This record gives sequence, C-alpha cells and structure tokens, in this order.
Amino acid sequence: MQVIVPAEEAKVRIARRVAREFDEQKRSMVINLGVGIPTMVAGYIERHDIYIQAENGMLGVGPLAVGKEVNRQLINAGRQPVTETPGCCYFDSATSFGMIRGGHVDATVIGALQVDQEGSIANWIIPNGRQLGVGGAMDLVSGARQVVVAMQHNTRDGKPKLVKSCTLPITGFCEADMIVTELAVFHLGGSRLVLKEIAPEISLDTLVRLTEAEFIVCANLKTMSV
Amino acid sequence: MIRPGARIMVGGFGLAGYPELLVENLAACGVGDLTVISNDLGSPGVGLGKLLTNKQIRALIGNYYNWNPEVPEACFRGEIEVTLVPQGTFAEAIRAAGVGIPAFYTAASVGTDLARDKETKEFDGKTFVLERAIHADVALVKAHRADELGNLVYTKTARNFNPLMAMAATLTIAEVDDIVPVGSLDPECIVTPHIFVDILVRRD
Repeated sequence: MQVIVPAEEAKVRIARRVAREFDEQKRSMVINLGVGIPTMVAGYIERHDIYIQAENGMLGVGPLAVGKEVNRQLINAGRQPVTETPGCCYFDSATSFGMIRGGHVDATVIGALQVDQEGSIANWIIPNGRQLGVGGAMDLVSGARQVVVAMQHNTRDGKPKLVKSCTLPITGFCEADMIVTELAVFHLGGSRLVLKEIAPEISLDTLVRLTEAEFIVCANLKTMSV
Repeated sequence: MIRPGARIMVGGFGLAGYPELLVENLAACGVGDLTVISNDLGSPGVGLGKLLTNKQIRALIGNYYNWNPEVPEACFRGEIEVTLVPQGTFAEAIRAAGVGIPAFYTAASVGTDLARDKETKEFDGKTFVLERAIHADVALVKAHRADELGNLVYTKTARNFNPLMAMAATLTIAEVDDIVPVGSLDPECIVTPHIFVDILVRRD
C-alpha cells in the first residue's frame, strides 16, 4: 500500500486544519475535544477566546500538566492531567452534559472508525472486539451544534473510512457537519458529502479511488494548506 | 450497611474523585453479588477494579470500561452483566432519580444499539428515546470537605458524578478529606446540601 502522508504528519495536518477552522470563526466559542487527534487540536488553536469544555466537568481546559502541575483531581475526559485557564470553572456531570445536550457547546471534534456519505458516524465499538465503552460520544454528536470528524483518511491496512454506509455500530445518524482527513476536507450539505479542499499531493482521481463514499466537488475547490 | 446483592453507586471519573477508602473497605469485607453503578471501573486491581478482581460484582451499569480490560473479558466470559448507557444519559438518569423524575427523553443514542427496545417519541419533528431514572440502595461519594452537618464541597474535576449520586440513593455515605464545624463553610460555595448526606467518613 502506498503511503501518501506518513501517519504522524497526517495527524498534525488534520489537527492544524481543524484548529484553523475555529480560529477563522469571528466569535468566541466553546468546543469539546475527543481523544486522539481531536485532543491535538488544542495545541494549534491561536485565539484566546476559544474555550475547551471537558465532559467530566470543566470549562476552560488548559494545556496538559507537566511535573509539579500534575494534580490527580484535575484531568480531562481522556484521564490526562491538565491545567486550568483563567476563568475556568467546574461543575457536575449532569450540568456538563446539560451544556452539551442543550446545544450550548458550539462544536465537538471527534475521531471515527467510519463516517458515511450521509454523515452518520461509527466510532464507539467494533463488534466482538475487546472493548466495552461508549463514553459521551452519543451525547456529543447529538447535542453539539457542530460535529467535526477528525480522522485519517483510510485505516492502517488501507481500507476506506469514508464509506457509502457504515458497517460498524452507529454512534449518531446524519450528525457529521465537517470531515477533515490528511487528504481532504468535506462538508455535509443537505445530507450530501461535498469536497471543499484536497491535499496537494493527490489528484481528484486518486481521492475518488481512496474514498468509498460518493461525494460532489465544490465549484470552488481549494488546495488544503499543509 | 452494604448487603450481598445490593445496588451501589460509586462516584468518580477514572481515578479522580472516587471514594478510595470506602472502596478499599468494600473490597476488604468481600461482600458479593453487587450491582455497581459508576462511570467506569478504574484500572485492573485499582480503585473499583479491585471489586471485579475479587469477583464481588454481578452486574455493572455505566458507560466506559475500556480503561479496565478485565471488564470486557469478564463480560464476554459471561461472568458479569454489563449495561452501557451514554455518559450524558447516565448522569441525567442519576440526577432524575435524585429529584423524583422517573424517566426523561433524550436524543442521544436514538436508532443505535444502545436504544434497542427503548420507547421513542417525536417532539417537534425530532425523535427522542425514553430513559429511566437510575436509583441505588447505597451511594458512595467522595468530596473534599464537609461540615459536621454533611454539607459538601468538592475539588476540581473530582466533582463529576458525586453530587448527583449523593441525591440518588436510599443511603448516602460521603468520604471526605476534612470535616469542619458547622458554619465554617461559605454557604454560597456548598455544592451538595446536607439533606442528601447520611454518613460522613473522614480519611486519616
């Protein structure tokens, strides 16, 4: 299998692109970041009026804690020790998910195992695997105002993750608003997948070959900045 | 106070804000056949994980067990029964039990495997799933400080499910780092009012 963008570079590229999406919005935002690539997004956000919510009960999550900053009573939803930002606040889990379910959280960034061309997301379990957990994923995709999927374009063994119809158990139906991979940026518009940006390394034909999902190409297709 | 077969609720998220001393005592006394209602089950042999290692658990109700691989293994071997509930639904179901609401509707999990066999209803053109409140016989919670009446304050993300669980059980036992005289906590800062707390246990 041909590697177009090495995995580590791919993850950084995806995180940077998602961060830019928030930086370019001309308003203060509250966002929630899932584990993996989504957590990396925080490191690339430049604006100071974007606040990170952690579903275990914190608004105003700062960078990961190091050395003496580590406090086992101060963690993010991935159990990593974190720091506070000025103005940070704490609350119980019902209030936290009230923020999410109530539509107060502007965006959630999540990873996914599969996303289909209607924006349905599968990210919580592989049947007959050794995993047993859903966490807040279903609440987040149904409650957050904008759902951004940040994932590598294909699986490690080269299978498409952007598919016609998810074969893995669904987390939320038709919930994705934007999908960012190392090779492309898609938006969901009227339940159709629309290609907005394409990586400089590949042609449209190559992208079509690497993507099972059907998509339409935006008239104003841009090259992804890398 | 915790009998075999009891339904117990335990606060905490990962290893933040769980009642370490109460859980250790529960592991040491060996009471079994428990239904444990908690966010997760710690790590293997650590925190609530000890109860599974000791085979004291019959059933789990919670939402995230991937931090403790012994849970999926025990479940797939048929040794324990696991009910997964989306985390926000789980929190709200516990709160509901505490405030006298038997069930509520939410959009989370609609159409998914976790909503199988659950009633749904449309409101304003959108489908919601009916979720039942989650109650327990005993809640074991962790707070930072209590006054002698049982008013509780918490620390940072160690708050998580504790204030909800304190409301949702027949008997609530709170483990605290410190107990101060009545009147010495700022009334504006009390998170759990003492009406919800039955027994205080101080860590030494």
